[in-house]
Amino acid sequence: MARRDGTTRRMTFGQATVDAMGYAMREDDRVVVLGEDISWGGNFGQFRGLLDEFGPDRVIDMPISEAIIMAVSVGTAVTGLRPVASMSFVEFTLGAMDEIVNQAAKFRYMFGGQVSVPLVLRASDGVLRSSAGQHSSSLEGLFTHLPGLKVVAPSNPADARGLLRAAIADDDPVVYLENKRITAKRGPVPVGDHVVPLGSAAVRRRGSDLTIVTYSVMVLHAEKACSQLAEMGIEAELIDLRSLVPLDLDTVLSSVVRTGRVVVAHEAWEFGGFGAELASTITGQAFDRLRAAPVRVGAAQAPVPFSPPLERAVVPGSDEIVAAAREVMGLT
Amino acid sequence: MSLTDTMSPGMALGIHRTMVRIRVFESRVEELFKAGKLPGFVHTYIGQEAIAAGVCATLNRDDYITSTHRGHGHAVAKGMELGPIMAELYGKATGACRGRGGSMHVADFSVGMLGANGIVAGGLGIAAGAALSARYRGTRQVAVGFFGDGGINKGTFHEALNFAATHRLGVVFVCENNQYAQFTSRLRTTSVEDLSVRAAAYGIPGITVDGNDPAATYRESLEAAGRARDGGGPTLLNMETYRFGGHYVGDAEVYRASAEVEDRRRADPILRWERTLTEEELMTAGLAEAVWAEAEEEVSAAVRFAEESPYPDGGTALENVFTRVP
Ligand SMILES: Cc1ncc(C[n+]2csc(CCOP(=O)(O)OP(=O)(O)O)c2C)c(N)n1
Ligand SMILES: [Mg+2]
Repeated sequence: MARRDGTTRRMTFGQATVDAMGYAMREDDRVVVLGEDISWGGNFGQFRGLLDEFGPDRVIDMPISEAIIMAVSVGTAVTGLRPVASMSFVEFTLGAMDEIVNQAAKFRYMFGGQVSVPLVLRASDGVLRSSAGQHSSSLEGLFTHLPGLKVVAPSNPADARGLLRAAIADDDPVVYLENKRITAKRGPVPVGDHVVPLGSAAVRRRGSDLTIVTYSVMVLHAEKACSQLAEMGIEAELIDLRSLVPLDLDTVLSSVVRTGRVVVAHEAWEFGGFGAELASTITGQAFDRLRAAPVRVGAAQAPVPFSPPLERAVVPGSDEIVAAAREVMGLT
Repeated sequence: MSLTDTMSPGMALGIHRTMVRIRVFESRVEELFKAGKLPGFVHTYIGQEAIAAGVCATLNRDDYITSTHRGHGHAVAKGMELGPIMAELYGKATGACRGRGGSMHVADFSVGMLGANGIVAGGLGIAAGAALSARYRGTRQVAVGFFGDGGINKGTFHEALNFAATHRLGVVFVCENNQYAQFTSRLRTTSVEDLSVRAAAYGIPGITVDGNDPAATYRESLEAAGRARDGGGPTLLNMETYRFGGHYVGDAEVYRASAEVEDRRRADPILRWERTLTEEELMTAGLAEAVWAEAEEEVSAAVRFAEESPYPDGGTALENVFTRVP
């Protein structure tokens, strides 16, 4: 991914998203941004500097009303603009669920394909330092459940930029989930016309004993888990989905049919989560090649608690992935 | 009009004491947070004390309040003990919410504090619901919904006012207009300059109040709460104030001039109230000093309580998801 031709720069995940926004806005003057505090760069600096370059007609400070942010985005999207709506914490999208679910996701289909709704909904999710119940959730399962929405969840700065460019260029509504714990993480980022297409997973590590399928911050936990497993003599293959809808099932299945064992991991609640969809789909498509039932890793079924020991008890990390891998290997 | 026409000397001194307790508590919270002792993040109430203290002084113990992300001051003013609030901020098992909620979710239903809330304007409809419940139960309890100038643009604000007004519910909507929502001046996102005019759309009284003058916050709240209790319906109080600190502790505050902050700090509501009380001959320098010293003592005891308390056991993390699982 890191090219040597001078088009790669090291930057944080957050800076990579700003860079993608700037690139897209320079390239296409239909792209506008709407959100709370965005003239000041947003809660996580994910819009820093855009006002100076593009001005208040394109970088629009919104009142604290997630419903109007989303409704206005739909209205502009169906009339020729390409809005990027910012919701900072993903929980705030819940105040705009009608606009997301009943409007953005359904417009194209309900109106017989007359219009598309080219908008991006950016939201920060996940657990970060005891932010407690209303600021720690991962809600991708709500969005993946809905026909009409595309959903991406990058795990590193390069993908953050590449996927955001693809999301903005896409003609459908795309929910772009940026995990809070990786927003400040640095990495090499190709800064030219680099795009990561929606629906393309990446194999992060090769291994023959089992396949770990994950995305977002959990990729980092899984990388750590893979090293620990290697010390135990277990070689895991690690797949970073990057895009949940559309889903790159080919990459997943071609790994699973070789390893015969699969762990599906996310930070979101395990019960009824996107991992259940993955486990079920994998089982249905590769049943005769599986040597064990897929094992899921996800948060325990409670709102994320504040106190650090409770937070650790509810939210999964690399230890839980190692335990799941051992379980699927029949080692427990 | 002399102060004693508005409130009794005991009330005036009581409000002073509440303001000082909030200030000392919040100043200590700021220090503790900077020292890395408190998990998460904290939004302090420093500068806005005259609102919580003045409003809650007009309420009974069983009246209700709903609060915001900036909720410690409301919790103190509504009568929560400092120990369990501080322990909650530490994430300890003895915290008001057993360490589950933290700074943004401090609550004590036994004193009618229905929760600090991390969702802007999230408490307003809930306050209307509490008032509906009080009416149904025939208790004459009043509900106060605190919110910020940022919250006034949320749909839930408008929906709650309409509902409460339509049913003449006993709610007082108290806007703590501290001029900013996070980093954004209210003038950039809000259609009207005087926020109280929004009441007119719902046919209820809307009053702009000097939110840094306890005599004013108390007087207007007393009238609004009285009307609410007597079936006269809701009121919108736009209480003008200013937060002395950043949006959260650690905020670089690039969005406002330090001269503006300095200027506002000079009009400190507590010092101003002390001057008023002194002029009215209700307070001496010695008495003021004793109140501050006592608050320091009480906050230190709360910190000791929190520090000596255990963290919750990770094994209890799944308790209280439901009342009972059959
Ligand atoms: C629904 C929702 N949107 C956004 C936020 C993020 N946020 C937290 S506090 C805040 C500003 C609130 O401003 P205001 O209501 O004026 O209260 P203040 O912080 O000034 O006390 C914002 C936007 C949130 N907590 N909830
Ligand atoms: Mg405010």
